[in-house]
Amino acid sequence: MKLLKAFWRKLSTPSKAAVGVVLALGFTGGILFWGAFNTGMEATNTEAFCSGCHAPIVAEIQETIHYSNRSGVRAICSDCHVPHNWTDKIVRKVQASKELIAFAMGTISTQEKFEARRKHLAEREWHRMSQNDSQECRNCHEFDFMDFSEQRPRSVAQHSDALASGEKTCVDCHKGIAHRLPDMSGVEGW
Amino acid sequence: MKMRVLLSGFITSLLLCGAVVANDYISNGGVDSLRGDTELNTQTQAAGLKSVVEQDKPYDSDYVFQPPLIPHQIRHYEMSLNANKCLSCHSWKNARESGATKISVTHYEARDGQVLADVSPRRYFCLQCHVPQNEAAPLIENDYERVESLR
Repeated sequence: MKLLKAFWRKLSTPSKAAVGVVLALGFTGGILFWGAFNTGMEATNTEAFCSGCHAPIVAEIQETIHYSNRSGVRAICSDCHVPHNWTDKIVRKVQASKELIAFAMGTISTQEKFEARRKHLAEREWHRMSQNDSQECRNCHEFDFMDFSEQRPRSVAQHSDALASGEKTCVDCHKGIAHRLPDMSGVEGW
Repeated sequence: MKMRVLLSGFITSLLLCGAVVANDYISNGGVDSLRGDTELNTQTQAAGLKSVVEQDKPYDSDYVFQPPLIPHQIRHYEMSLNANKCLSCHSWKNARESGATKISVTHYEARDGQVLADVSPRRYFCLQCHVPQNEAAPLIENDYERVESLR
């Protein structure tokens, strides 16, 4: 109690150090904190971090074009599942902390449990993507720079009509591009 | 002592014989196969993958009841218990909107000829009969001709 009181007094009384020193300490402290926070944040966005818990689903992407292709441009988990915009990213990270509880409870600890929940999990991501107009696709695939002359006629028809008008968004048609699909019965277009 | 020399000589000759036999075994005896004349115990360089020929119109058939060939890329198309990517365009339900070729009515028939409401399980795995094509020269020359009625 005594200690606490002394600590509080120290905080509430003006420092004897010069303002410049206090400011300098504040700045360096701030830079160190921010750097550490950002580095920590970046670390939770790496493939190695994701596969720590999500190993089976990380294995699935390895068969797809977003993992390996002729030019070596890749998308890793966080490119699609974590918003790039800072505030949205923090919101998503906080939401994701709920998954730690699910992990501790073993909600999808076996392949069978995962298969049983695959549709639910997929639907949640499809919903999120359709709500933000497939923002994570568009971070790389920019509509304005698509060369329709390089696309097949059917793609041109879809992209210049439904996609251009905003009636549909990427994920409405492009499902399962990086994972195996859940049971697609009852899903529109399947 | 003499016995020992004899025995070791005998064993050596046995081993030599074995070597000859083993060598014979791994040789292809000068016979060419479709894979070339590589010895059986050497690994040939795999041929490079050929890219799929893509075209906007279907391939012509070569004989009656030929399963139509696939005129487009099908890389990463999922075909599993959960989903069939081909049917998401070619099924009767989706063909009209996608503009793709409709699968034939035979795909809705069960083995005993009974007509089902959806694709018959025995016709679910498209690639059992339908395949894409690439520009590959025939391995063996042949004089196959398209049947008269389809010429």
